[in-house]
Parts: sequence; structure tokens; C-alpha cells
Amino acid sequence: MSTVTTTYREAIREAIREALRRDPRVFLMGEDVGAYGGCFAVSKGLLDEFGPERIRDTPLSESAFVGAGIGAALGGMRPIVEIMTVNFSLLALDQILNNAATLLHMSGGQFNVPLVIRMTTGGGRQLAAQHSHSLEGWYAHIPGLRVLAPATLEDARGMLWSALEDPDPVLIFEHALLYNQAGTLPADAGAVDIRRARVRRPGRDVSLITYGGSLPKTLEAAGRLAAEGIDAEVIDLRSLRPLDDATILASVAATRRAVIVDEGWRSGSLAAEISARIMENAFYELDAPVARVCSAEVPMPYARHLEQAALPQADTVIRVARGLVRGDG
Amino acid sequence: MPSLGSDMEAGTLLEWRIAPGDAVSRGDVVAVVDTFKGAIDVEIFETGVVEEILVPVGEKVPVGTPLARLRVEGEPAAAPVAAAPAAPVPAAAAVAPPAAVPAPGGRLRASPAARQRAAAAGIDLATLRGSGPQGALTLADVERAIAVRPAARAMAPAERLAGMRQAIAAAMLRSKREIPHYYLGTTLDMARALAWLEEENARRPVTGRLLAGVLLLKAVALALRQAPELNGHWLDGGFRPGSGIHVGTAIALRGGGLVAPALHAADAATPDQLMAELRQLVQRARAGSLRSSELADATITVTSLGEQGVDTVYGIIHPPQVALVGFGRIAERPWVVDGRVVARPLLQATLSADHRASDGHRGARFLALVESLLQEPETL
Amino acid sequence: MSDTPIRDTVLRALGEAVPDADVGHLDPDRRLRDQLDYFDSIDFLNFVEGLHKAFNLDIPERDYPQLATLAGCIDYLQTRLAAR
Repeated sequence: MSTVTTTYREAIREAIREALRRDPRVFLMGEDVGAYGGCFAVSKGLLDEFGPERIRDTPLSESAFVGAGIGAALGGMRPIVEIMTVNFSLLALDQILNNAATLLHMSGGQFNVPLVIRMTTGGGRQLAAQHSHSLEGWYAHIPGLRVLAPATLEDARGMLWSALEDPDPVLIFEHALLYNQAGTLPADAGAVDIRRARVRRPGRDVSLITYGGSLPKTLEAAGRLAAEGIDAEVIDLRSLRPLDDATILASVAATRRAVIVDEGWRSGSLAAEISARIMENAFYELDAPVARVCSAEVPMPYARHLEQAALPQADTVIRVARGLVRGDG
Repeated sequence: MPSLGSDMEAGTLLEWRIAPGDAVSRGDVVAVVDTFKGAIDVEIFETGVVEEILVPVGEKVPVGTPLARLRVEGEPAAAPVAAAPAAPVPAAAAVAPPAAVPAPGGRLRASPAARQRAAAAGIDLATLRGSGPQGALTLADVERAIAVRPAARAMAPAERLAGMRQAIAAAMLRSKREIPHYYLGTTLDMARALAWLEEENARRPVTGRLLAGVLLLKAVALALRQAPELNGHWLDGGFRPGSGIHVGTAIALRGGGLVAPALHAADAATPDQLMAELRQLVQRARAGSLRSSELADATITVTSLGEQGVDTVYGIIHPPQVALVGFGRIAERPWVVDGRVVARPLLQATLSADHRASDGHRGARFLALVESLLQEPETL
Repeated sequence: MSDTPIRDTVLRALGEAVPDADVGHLDPDRRLRDQLDYFDSIDFLNFVEGLHKAFNLDIPERDYPQLATLAGCIDYLQTRLAAR
């Protein structure tokens, strides 16, 4: 099978391109997605290829253009709305929560909202406290939404089409540090399942449960743990809402130990939710308390060393996992 | 680790019946210890709350080693109390092994998986040491305990017999080396006792009948009330009278060896009670499931070899006891009564006694007392 | 009752009273006590109790001498059961 060398960014662009070609109802809109080629250069070249009707620049007004996207979806279109970062999505939170997520319910099932919203998330690039937070856990709190977090080239390439096929709103969170991730994909790569978590690395001793931008760090940690004789299993959640409980619980039942790696803040986090589900459903399988590696509960610092200290790191994951398996660390 | 006789040096912990936090009362069986005398139920001699288990299942420790820590009633905080006191022998140095790490408040830290597995396998978590976070017991700790459990198995019969032989050898050697024995013998006329027994048994159903041996035990126990120098232990260069009259009864074990567990307060028991206790004791001794107090408490030993056809027993005292009473067989022999030779059921009774603790005069009076008590069997 | 079931029941009672004994190879005319090591008065009492339960028969103490051998036991029991 022939493969292509690509990056996470190009894989998403290819996914948007495929969607635009396959379905005339699909269009992309957002801040600087057209002439500028996207703030993270994801949509570069698409304006030339598909024209301003389908690659639409919007004003800096998240509430307005997300609302427009909801309207277009209600009107029969399949909009892809890009929000620059999750930080700014809060301006559109009312549209997302009160309209996109609830209209099906409020209309008694008459109006579904087949909208896809893409946005970047996460820190690590010295963009300071207003551009670096990981708030996807908040969205994972909201019934009526599906929340995805592609962490691999395959998912970057394949999740968008599956999301567009969903009759209800889907949020896709792209960690900014992943855009330059390079690798190969099959030439015919396409849609992927968006319901299940995946075991990215099988292991017997401890389950490292993570998603999105923390997956590469967690895989690195697992590799280094293997060198000291600890066989870690790495689970990529992929879907943050709904959570794939079955995969999580099966893994924890086998390893009996769990570390959740989540770039969100610890308090009230997605990690807290996963921990609670493990307690509720796998308590008697556990051989150690569930542990979490989350971001420090501070506004994300600008200074590089402080930012790195605030974010989950492979070293922390290793120390915590070692503590659970060996009782030291 | 209680001493279950002077011939015991160490024991292997087979099973814990308690866990930290349990309330225990004097006399409760708290553990099972394997010795060459069988798997012995260890009783506790204090009332209180178990604070900590010190010796894990499977470990062999010397006599005198604290097995557990107990908080006795009214005591505020952890005070070291051995789970079972050493019997009246010089105790070995108390060496406490490193203990499991209890959580603050004395609660055991164990993972849910460890608890599940331990419950399924019948492993007492309180006997294990934790290797997990904060010293918690993990599944691996339980699996290890299950894996080594065969080590905690009771001894094989041959091993037990060899151990018992060694122990008897040591005890008898010590007795002959240290105890200046004197021996007294007398012939007991058993006619009245047997007549009373025959009459009594004729009235009783099969299941309620008495043996002549029970009358002998009772007579010895009653006579000891008036011969306290024969009832007790010689320890640390001096005689210590027994706290009660606990008659050790030599029981031959099938396959070899013997034990002499105690019938507690035998002087106060009725013949029926003694009979029931004796049957139980024989059964449990042969099944290898005696209690620690039965092995540790005897203040004198009675051995009856008449059933094997011997006339007279010249016994060796079981240290640290100071006397042993031997009975031969009951047989019809010529006997002079009122100037006439008549056939009477006669029995040779002997006393082996420690001359450090008593003199022949006292021993002779004791035997005479046994004789006269047997002439009034209805009062026994 | 023929002697075979009686014999079997006697041997079963004996086996229960003296658990380790090999009761399958007893000389019927030799004394049980001489053939069974460690067959003491308490074992004998248990044996008589076993017979008492198995045959629902009161066995007075004065009859105990007749139970000294296996053949004696069978004869005694046959007589007693026949008289019933």
C-alpha cells in the first residue's frame, strides 16, 4: 500500500479539502482562514482552490460567526467553523451551549444542528495565559455535543469527515503543538471511527490515560518506563464526550493502576471525571489509588521554564507511574 | 510464641484468627501454631484490642517472640503485650520482626484488588507486609503470600514424628540430668472402685459410661490438694506451686510419640466431666489440634500403661514438673483381707517425684491418700 | 441377619474408632487389642458406642469381654440380634 509523508496540519487540510470536494454543502469559515491561510496555516491554499463562497473570512466576532454557522447548519448546510483557540471560543459559548447543543431538544427533535467547530487548544508555545489554556474538558461537560481530540495523523485526517456525518454539533480540538508532527499516512487514508478510544501502546502494569497534545509526552513516558521494567499501557481517549468507558475500564481492570494525563487544570477536570468513573466501576480491580497528572492551577505562565513547569511532562508521568507500581517514585 | 512445654524451642505460625482492631477476651483462640505436637490453637491470656500483628503466617519464630501487640482494657495507647505469655520456662529473647506499616489509627492499608484476592484465597491481610504506595498491601503482596503458603503448611507426619522424638529426647535427658528422682510404689485394692463403677455403668447407657482411669485421675487430683509440693514447677532454682491442679494425661499418638495435655482443674471436675474432657482430649491430641493452655499448663503428669499389660510404671518426670504418677494394669491377684487370702483386683501405683521439691515422706502420704480416696469411689 | 453385613458394620465401627488401623486383615480369633496398635480403652469405648448406634443395641459392660475378638463380636451380635 502506498503511503504519503505528511504532517498533522496537512492531514487536517487534506480532510477539509476532501470534505469540500465530496459534499457541496460543506464550507469553511473563521478568522483569517481565507486570504491569510489560517492562523495555524491549516487552510493555506484552500481559498484559491475553492473560492471565497466556500472559504469565508469572518470578522473578529466569535459569537456572530459561530451563530452564523449554527444558522447555516439549520438551513441545510454542513459548515466547518474554525475558532482560533479555545480561549476565544468562550465568546461563542452562549451560541455553542444555548443554541448548538440544545436546539434539537428545544425544538422537540425538529431541528438538528450538523455543525463542526474546529479549534486549537493547549499551551507550550509561550503564548501566555490568554492563548494557552486547555478548556476542552468544559465542553466535554455539555450534553448535546460530541467532543473529539485527534492526537495522531490518522485521526487528524479521518475525524473531520466522520464529524460532518454526525447530524449533531461536533467540536474538534487540535492541540497547537501537534500541527508540525510529521509522519506517513496511507495514500487512501480517510474517515475513522470517532466513538472509541484506542490503545496506543499495550502494557500490563499501569494504564496511562490521555488524549490530544499529551499523547506524545505520555508515549515517551511509557517508553522510558519500559526501560526500567514497567510495562505501561497508553490509552488515547480520542473522544472526550462521550467517553469510551469500556476501553478505559477494560484497561484498568487488566493493569489495576491508572494515571490520567490531562493538560486541563486538575480541579473539576476531565481527569477528575475519568477518575470518578474508574472508582464507580472498577474499584475492586484497583491495586493503587488512581493518579492524575494535570496542569498546575495557575494561569499559564509566559516564561518558558515556568510554562514547562506548569504543564504535564513525561518526567512527571514517569514518577507518578513508578510510585503506583513500585510504591516509590 | 508460647512455650507449649519445656521441650519446645520454636513454632511456625499457621494461621491468624484475629486482625488489628479485633476485641479479644481471655481464653479466645487467636492463632494456630504448628509444632511437632500438632497444629496448636493459641489462646490469649489478656482481654483487650489487637493493635498489631507482629509475626506473619508461615514464619517460624523462637519461643518467647511476641506474636502480636495488644491494648489491654483501660490502657490508653499502644503497649507491647505478647499475644500469648510464655509458659513457665525461661523465655527466649523476644525479637520482633519488622512489622507491616499500619495507617494512622491502626487501620490496615490495602488496595481493593489486594483485599478481594486475599478474601478469595483466605489470606489474612494483617499478617502481610505492604510494598505499595505508603506501605499499602498490593495484589502482588497477596500473590506472594499465596505463592509461599505451602511453607506455612503443617509439618508432614514423618517430620512431626522426628521433631517430637527429638523433643522427647531433650526433655527426658534434661529430666534425668537435672532432676533427682525418688520412686515410691504401692498396691491399690481396686475392688470397691470397680464394684462401684460396674454398678454405675450398668445403670448408664453405652454413651455415658465411665472408665476406671477417670477414677484414678480424680483420686490423684484430689490427693494433690493435700500434697502441694508435688503439684507445680521447678523453675529458676526454686519450686513454684501450680496455680491449680492441672493433670497432664499421657496420650500415646498413633504412629508414635506422645503428648500429655492438661485436664484443667481436675480436682474440681466430676468424674463425668473428666470422662468427657478426657475423650475430647484424646481425640484432639490424635487429630493434632490441641490448645496452647492444654500443653503449657500441666502441673503434674499421670501415665497409665496398664492397658499394655505392664504391672508397674517407673516414670521419668516431665520438666519443669516435679512429679509423675504411674499406673499399671488392674489384675486379679491374691490379697490378704482380714487374715484370709482372697482374689482382689489390684493395681500398682508409683510416684516419681523431684527430691528438690518434696521428700519421700510427703510422697508416701500422697500415695496413701490416693489409695484411701479410691476406697470411697462414690465421693470422687 | 447373616454374618457378612454384621461383619462389615463391625469393621466400619472399628475403623471409625481407630482411624489409622488396617481393619481389613484382622485375624478373627485374635484379640483386637493385640492386633491394633494404640487400641486403648477409650478407643474400645468408641467402638462399643459405634456398635450401639449401628445396631441400636444396648451393650452392657459385663458383655464387653465377649467383644474382645472380631469373631466374638460377630457371634455376640448375631445372638443378641436373633433374640430381639
